[in-house]
Amino acid sequence: MEQFLQQILNGISLGSIYALIALGYTMVYGIINLINFAHCDVYMIGAYVGYFCMTVLGLGVFPSLLIAMAVCTVLGILIEKIAYKPLRNAARITVLITAIGVSLFLEYGMMFFVKANVRSYPPLTGIMTAKFQMGNITITMQQILIVSITVILMVLLQFIVKKTRVGKAMRAVSLDKDAAEIMGINVNSTISFTFAIGSALAGAAGVLVGIYYNSINPLMGVVPGLKAFVAAVFGGIGIIPGALIGGYFIGAVEVLVAGYGNSMFRDAVVFAILIVVLIVKPSGLLGKNTREKV
Amino acid sequence: MAKVIKHKGIKRLILIILTYSIIQALISVGIINDYLQATIATICINIILAVSLNLITGFTGQFSLGHAGFMSIGAYVCALITMQYPSTPGFVLGVFAGAIAAALVGIMVGLPTLRLRGDYLAIATLGMAEIIRIVFLNMKITNGAAGLNGVPQFTNWPWLFVFTAGTILAISNFLKSSHGRACISIREDEIASEAMGINTTKYKVAAFTIAAFFGGIAGALYASYFYFLKPDLFGFAKSVDILVIVVFGGMGSISGSVLAAILLALISTYLQSFPEIRMILYSAMLVVIMIFRPHGLMGSKEISLAAFERIGREGLKYAGFKRK
Repeated sequence: MEQFLQQILNGISLGSIYALIALGYTMVYGIINLINFAHCDVYMIGAYVGYFCMTVLGLGVFPSLLIAMAVCTVLGILIEKIAYKPLRNAARITVLITAIGVSLFLEYGMMFFVKANVRSYPPLTGIMTAKFQMGNITITMQQILIVSITVILMVLLQFIVKKTRVGKAMRAVSLDKDAAEIMGINVNSTISFTFAIGSALAGAAGVLVGIYYNSINPLMGVVPGLKAFVAAVFGGIGIIPGALIGGYFIGAVEVLVAGYGNSMFRDAVVFAILIVVLIVKPSGLLGKNTREKV
Repeated sequence: MAKVIKHKGIKRLILIILTYSIIQALISVGIINDYLQATIATICINIILAVSLNLITGFTGQFSLGHAGFMSIGAYVCALITMQYPSTPGFVLGVFAGAIAAALVGIMVGLPTLRLRGDYLAIATLGMAEIIRIVFLNMKITNGAAGLNGVPQFTNWPWLFVFTAGTILAISNFLKSSHGRACISIREDEIASEAMGINTTKYKVAAFTIAAFFGGIAGALYASYFYFLKPDLFGFAKSVDILVIVVFGGMGSISGSVLAAILLALISTYLQSFPEIRMILYSAMLVVIMIFRPHGLMGSKEISLAAFERIGREGLKYAGFKRK
C-alpha cells in the first residue's frame, strides 16, 4: 500500500508536467485545429533557458522560471507569426508538415548551438533539497514545488480563460472563428495570445523537468511531447480541464506500469490506452460527441 | 510498326525498359559507383513508401502517421527469413512474407481505427507505429535495441527496379479501377460517397491494407540492402520523412511522389557534406516550401507521356518541322 501511494505521488509529479505541456497542445488545437508539433520543442527550449539562467547568470529557481516563461512566450508568438499565419487558409496537412518542419528546425538548431550532449541542472540548495518523511512515503521539496507551481498556473489559466476579455475572445474564436470575426474580435491577435499562453506553460514545464530529472538534451521534448498530446486527446482535445485530467492519468499510468510491470512497455501501454480511448470515445473523456451535418 | 508504338501500353513498356537498361548500363560501366547505388536504393525504397502512403493520404484522404510501422514489419520478417534461408528464393519468400505480414497488421489496425476521422486517425496510427516499434524493441528474436546485424544482401538494382516499377504500376492501375475511383470519392466527400452506396469502411481498409503491403515490401528491400536493422530506424521520424515526400510531391499525384523522392534524396545526399547544419537547412526548406507551395510540387496533377508528346510536338513546330 505504501509503495502504491509512493508510486501515485511520483505519478502526480510526472503528470503535472504532462498536464502543463498538454494544455498548450489542447489550446492551440481548440483554436486552429492544428497539432502543434513544435510545442514540445518550445518546452525543450524552456528547459535550456532555465539552465542558462541558473548556471551562467546564477539566478534562483523562481527568477529562472519566469525568464524561461517569458522567452518561450516570445518564441511561441514568433513561431505562429512566421510559420503558421501565412497558412491560415491552407489545407490542414500542409500546416501540420510546417509544424513538423518548425519542430525539426528548433531541435537541430538547438543541437547546433548547444551540441547534442546531455547537460545536468545545477544541484538545488537550501530549502529546495528538503525531504519529508510520512511513514515510508518520501515527499521531496521538488515534488511539492512542481505540483504547487502547476496548480498555481492552472488556476491562473482558468481565471484568464473564464474571467477576462481576452479569455472570452479565445473561447469565442475556438467555438466559431468566422462568427467571432463578425462580432469584432481580432482573430489573429487572439490566436497569437493562445500561442503565447501555451508556450509560457511549456517553458515552465521545461524548467520543472530540469529540476526534477536533472538532465536535459536537445531531443528531450519528443517523447514527452507525444505523451502530453496523448494526454490532451485522452481528456478531450480542446478542453482545458480535460488536458489536466489526461496529464495526471497518463503520468500515473506510466509510473504504475514502470513500477509494477515492465518499464520497457510503459510507452506502449500509454499508446494502447490512447487507441482504446479513440475507438471507444473519439472525442475524449470530457468531449461531447458532435454529429456531422451534411 | 508506327501503329504498335502508338499503343499506350507499349510506349510505357519501352520507357520502363529504357530506364532500367540505362541505369544498368551505367552501373556495369562503373559510372554509378557504390555510393550512388546506395542513393538509388534509398530513392527506390522511398518511392515505394511514398507512392503507397499516397494511396492512403493523397487518394483516399485518410491521414496516416504510422507508415514506418508497416515498413518495420516487412523489414524484420524479411530479415529473419533470409537469415534462415540465405538464397534468392528465400529472399523472394521473405519479401512477400514481410509484405503479407504488414498487410495483415494493416487490416487488424485499420478495421477499428479507420472509423476515426482526420487528426484522430493520424494520432491512432502514430500510436500503432510506436507500439510496433516497442514490441520489436522487446522481442528476443529481433535482438531488441541492439538490432539485427548481418542480414544477407540480396537487394540489387534489378530487384529494386522490379519492385518499384511494380508498385507504381499496381497502384496507378488500382486507382483507375472502379475500386480506386471509390477511394478517390471518399477523399472528395465521405458522406456523399456513402450516400452513393459506396461501402466507405471497406474501401478505406482496402486502401490501408494495400498501402501496408507495399510498405512491407519497401521495408524488406531496405533490410536486404542495408543489412542492419534496429527498431529506432522506424520511429516517428521515419513516418514523418515518408509523409514529407508525399506532401512535397503533391497529395494525390503518383508522379509527384516519385519526383519528390528523387529530389529529396538528391538534396539530402548533397547536404551530407555539411553534417552540422544538414537538418537545419532541411527543416527550414520544408517550412519555406510549405509556405510558398502549399499544394506540393505537382498538386494533384500527373506527369503523363501525353504531356511529353505535346511538348515534343510543340518543340518540333518551333524548330520549323511539320508533322505529316
